[in-house]
Amino acid sequence: MQLRVRALETVLTEKGYVDPAALDLLIETYETKIGPRNGARVVARAWVDADYRARLFKDATPAIAELGYAGRQGEHIVALENTPEVHNMVVCTLCSCYPWPVLGLPPVWYKSAPYRSRAVADPRGVLAEFGVTLPPETEIRVWDSTSEIRYLVVPMRPAGTEGWSEEKLAELVTRDSMIGTGLPKSPADLAK
Amino acid sequence: MIDPAAARRATQALPGIPRDAEGPVFREPWEAQAFAITLALHEQGLFTWNEWAATLGAEISRAQAMGDPDTGETYYRHWLNALEKLVAEKGLATAGALARCREAWRRACERTPHGQPITLRPEDFAGA
Repeated sequence: MQLRVRALETVLTEKGYVDPAALDLLIETYETKIGPRNGARVVARAWVDADYRARLFKDATPAIAELGYAGRQGEHIVALENTPEVHNMVVCTLCSCYPWPVLGLPPVWYKSAPYRSRAVADPRGVLAEFGVTLPPETEIRVWDSTSEIRYLVVPMRPAGTEGWSEEKLAELVTRDSMIGTGLPKSPADLAK
Repeated sequence: MIDPAAARRATQALPGIPRDAEGPVFREPWEAQAFAITLALHEQGLFTWNEWAATLGAEISRAQAMGDPDTGETYYRHWLNALEKLVAEKGLATAGALARCREAWRRACERTPHGQPITLRPEDFAGA
């Protein structure tokens, strides 16, 4: 399917009937709409429920399916735990290598060549461009997705959220925080 | 650029499209891509929504006659079939050109190591 659509886009672009940039802009409006809220619920559950968290890191695919999110092609999803010591970040240029069931459509920058090459060579620099600065002692691990394994980053629960409900916590979880190019919102961000 | 409001109007004009209150709903990136291409061609006046709806409707009826369960899971497969058909009918891209390009992309995918950006090169078209 993907090859057929690519072929259509290539031929129609060559003939000047479509502009790939305009297509990307349209698709961008759907990126944040559908998928990432599923992932946010998974992360929020992992923040409040220690048993769920353990199941998620042991084998993420069935743990995610517990919440009703499953891919059609049986993709294997691995959850990566962010800690004060380790920050995880995910890359891949093939848009098939993206955890659709939990994150929806990949952002355009995720598929771009500069992101892929620079994320590996200079992850700290890429994070800085996303406005994320981590302590120098935090190790940054970059994970390359494959068509068999897709990664979901579970960010650290923000401070000052003790006693929050799962629903409210889910509002803090951004798409980029689940790719590792961002951090969750803080309670102050939410109040804005 | 294509206006998201146009996308909403488009989904209202088309029967059976998987959608929510804000607009169309996609399960996989290629579905969104196929939708965006269709919208872009329509915005340029290359076909009307009536023509598109008729082509898509015929494609869905054909699939149903062949035993498609018609649960919505396969909606964008019919969409893609219809798009390829209409594009050929309107003389925008022949079935042959699409097949050659598809084959070239397949070769490009095969020769590109995982994690590298996939780009088309002239040699991908060789022997096609």
